[in-house]
Amino acid sequence: MAEKAKKVNEIGLSKEDYKGKPSTLCLGCGHNAIVGQIISACYELNIPPESLVKISGIGCSSKAPTYFMERSFGFNGLHGRMPSLATGALFGDTSLIGIGVSGDGDTASIGMGQFKHVTRRNLPMLYIVANNGVYGLTKGQFSATAEEGLALKKQGQNRYVPVDIVWEAIAGRASFVARSFSGDPQQLKALIKAGIHHKGIAVIDVISPCVTFNNQDDSYHSYAWGKSHEVALHELSFVPPVEDIKVQYDKGETIDVPLYDGTHIVLKKLGQDYEPTNRAKALKMLEEANDRNELITGLIYINPKQKALFDLYNLPDVALNRLPAEKLRPSVESLDEINQLMY
Amino acid sequence: MAKTQTKKPVVRRLSGVNEFSINIGTENGSGSQTANLTLLRAIFKMGIPVSGKNIFPSNIQGLPTWYKIRVSQSGYVGRRKEADIVVAMNPKTFTEDQDDLVAGGLFLYADDIKDPIERKDMITVAMPVKKLVKEAKPHRDLRKFVANMVYVGILAKLLEIDMEPIKAALEFHFKGKESPVEFNMMMIELAYKWAEENLDLEVPYKIEPRDLTDNAILVDGNTAAGLGTIYGGMHFVSWYPITPATSLPEAMLEYAPKLRVDPETGKSTFAIIQAEDELAAIGMCIGAGWAGLRAMTATSGPGLSLMAEYTSLAYLTEIPVVIWVVQRVGPSTGLPTRTAQGDINLAYYLGQGDTEHIMLIPGSVKECFDFGWKALDLAEKYQTAVLCLSDLDLGKNQWMTEPFEYPDTPIERGKIIWEEDLEKIKEDWGRYKDLDGDFIPYRTVPGNTHPDSAYFARGTGHDDFANYSEHPDDWRNNLDRLKNKINSSKKDLPEPLITKRSGAKNGIIAFGSTDAAMVEALDYLKADGIKLDYLRLRALPATDQVLDFIRSHERVYIVENNRDGQMHAILSLELPEKSEDMISLAIIDGLPINAEWIRESVLAEENV
Repeated sequence: MAEKAKKVNEIGLSKEDYKGKPSTLCLGCGHNAIVGQIISACYELNIPPESLVKISGIGCSSKAPTYFMERSFGFNGLHGRMPSLATGALFGDTSLIGIGVSGDGDTASIGMGQFKHVTRRNLPMLYIVANNGVYGLTKGQFSATAEEGLALKKQGQNRYVPVDIVWEAIAGRASFVARSFSGDPQQLKALIKAGIHHKGIAVIDVISPCVTFNNQDDSYHSYAWGKSHEVALHELSFVPPVEDIKVQYDKGETIDVPLYDGTHIVLKKLGQDYEPTNRAKALKMLEEANDRNELITGLIYINPKQKALFDLYNLPDVALNRLPAEKLRPSVESLDEINQLMY
Repeated sequence: MAKTQTKKPVVRRLSGVNEFSINIGTENGSGSQTANLTLLRAIFKMGIPVSGKNIFPSNIQGLPTWYKIRVSQSGYVGRRKEADIVVAMNPKTFTEDQDDLVAGGLFLYADDIKDPIERKDMITVAMPVKKLVKEAKPHRDLRKFVANMVYVGILAKLLEIDMEPIKAALEFHFKGKESPVEFNMMMIELAYKWAEENLDLEVPYKIEPRDLTDNAILVDGNTAAGLGTIYGGMHFVSWYPITPATSLPEAMLEYAPKLRVDPETGKSTFAIIQAEDELAAIGMCIGAGWAGLRAMTATSGPGLSLMAEYTSLAYLTEIPVVIWVVQRVGPSTGLPTRTAQGDINLAYYLGQGDTEHIMLIPGSVKECFDFGWKALDLAEKYQTAVLCLSDLDLGKNQWMTEPFEYPDTPIERGKIIWEEDLEKIKEDWGRYKDLDGDFIPYRTVPGNTHPDSAYFARGTGHDDFANYSEHPDDWRNNLDRLKNKINSSKKDLPEPLITKRSGAKNGIIAFGSTDAAMVEALDYLKADGIKLDYLRLRALPATDQVLDFIRSHERVYIVENNRDGQMHAILSLELPEKSEDMISLAIIDGLPINAEWIRESVLAEENV
């Protein structure tokens, strides 16, 4: 076979360098599509794998970090408690890019508390919820995002109204909130890129069908329902600074959202006029879309200027985890002073 | 078998000059703490050993609270059952407060309490609190607070406490702010003058200046533990408020900004974050520990229960973390403001599956400081959770201690490897591979840029290279190594402190804050003709010295502040062949164990 030069990105890495272990998720699982788009996004963003950490909770979704970026540190933690693990870990070196992968059980049930608090603290990380409305790893129970009336094999009908993760994220004062669909890879990739470059928490609620337990055509988390009910708010592109000059902005047709590092999110208008910078309007839009039974996708809310967690701490330029030991222990004299201060 | 604290009178060996106890009954939220601390500190500054115990309710205002000051030239600082002097400021507890007084004791009460005084065998002083406060003309908002200074002034006169140390104590309390110091002093002097003019009493208790506290400081265990942690080079603290642990992280919030700002850059070398609950507090600490930060949290029983799952994860994924447990009374919410040693079992085995953690048990305020920094070293060296078991009595009360000593060993970061270290061993390295035969693997942390440095941490089964594995051999080998690793830490754990009495055949083991009562009880028992060797346990797993102590005594009493004798059970498991010779002396009633109870319990067992 002829040697073909491997395609590499600007830092000389091939797509292979961004892959993880072979997926053990079901064939056709929506989560595999998410994994694929994370790999593509990181490859295209030229992210050195060593500068990224992957954190997850428990469940099918939380297995996903095994399947991308094997050269990155990863931690598969406890059910619903990925946010706290990520918070501590990112304090170690605030220059690291954090990608958290969670599920609807992990985020909207057991982890609701940590989810709301990590959004409130605006921890800079990408927080992906692979949302399929069902518990997969325990074989098909309703999750908190399952729609009222959903029928599942062993469970009968769902009695309760669902939790809307996007709504909760906005109410939790997350600074970047999006919804996407595993069946819409281009949009998902653009959102992942934008989320990585956003300084603050970027929550992407990805409707990601479970082909084994919850992919009936009439289920709100199925491929068929998603395809026929998805309404994209806009055509979204992520623009790194180098390409900035090449893009022609058509003023009336696009919204430009500059991020802190010189990158941009450019939103090309589709059907409706929607600016994702107002929390109250975002909630109103969600409520109306809900009434129309639409799966609204795209960037639903963003505030690029909201203070991120690390802005609130007077941290050194060098990573805390690289501070030499002599910087960590106060002087002998200081202890004499402390002893003097005591009664 | 559980024993109750009996009412059997103990022969009093303590009386008179520089040997007495004061019980002060007030309402919480009335500012009595200022008055009580002023008395305590003034006596301490006059050179006499003291201890102060706050017996307080789980409430902010209006419920009964007591402060117990023990003055002891002999150096006994444990809780005494009875009091020589009672100050009754709270009508709600007026009758029961009289019960604590010894025959012939001094009873001071606010004269607006009109309840009948039943006892005739005491020296009674009705304090004109309202009248004196009126004379002082305090601002209306302050009236309630300065009222307590009346008993400070009257006691100063009766016990001959000098005004100078009282003023010094107030200056310390109000951090030098002039007006509250002056106003409180005026109140105290008014009361002093009233006592001088109106009381002509022979009081058997006096303060005579000594020089027994010259090289001591007066401080609580939580402050000491917080400072020890700061000097231990903690990077990261996450915590959630819970009585009685809260003042530990609060001490760090106070002192870390003063001590841990890099003078070159002006930047903090630490971060402290108040979490949304204990689940998150420990989660953040473990995330931080994984990322190479020296992380700690502090909690009490209910919070520790919530931390179980994450601590089990730290054990299996080999992540350093320090957990301070300031014990209060359980089960359940229990008595949140009362002391116990009831979370020994919970802490030692915290988490699902086979776990056993390194546990440090400070028995003094100074050890709270020392173990504060040592715990971080041990956690990083052994890549595991280290639990420090303090309690409310030690953590929240004022104890005399030698000044804190600077750590005598450098910061131990353990086997953290960075790029150049990894380059040297990259052919052999696996995150969980025991390369040195000491059960401790090398660990990389996020931020390491070496292309081979990354690994995937998980609470599931894994092989030496951190790959997911369900293979029986991988699971068994890993768990065996973890057990060996924890056991190998014994060489670095604080050894027990052993006090021998010549000719003793039996021994007694205690730990933690119980030491104060033990020292006193052993003296009483000696006078009773009972000789016991004393071992104070300071860590688990039990070292050979502890086991040898048990083996070499015919009988060993194990004293602890819980119902079931938890330490007794742990030690019995260690030495099943000696379990019949280990006798549990355990009690829990919310109060620190006192010397009389230990003495009586031992006497009963010795059939004296």
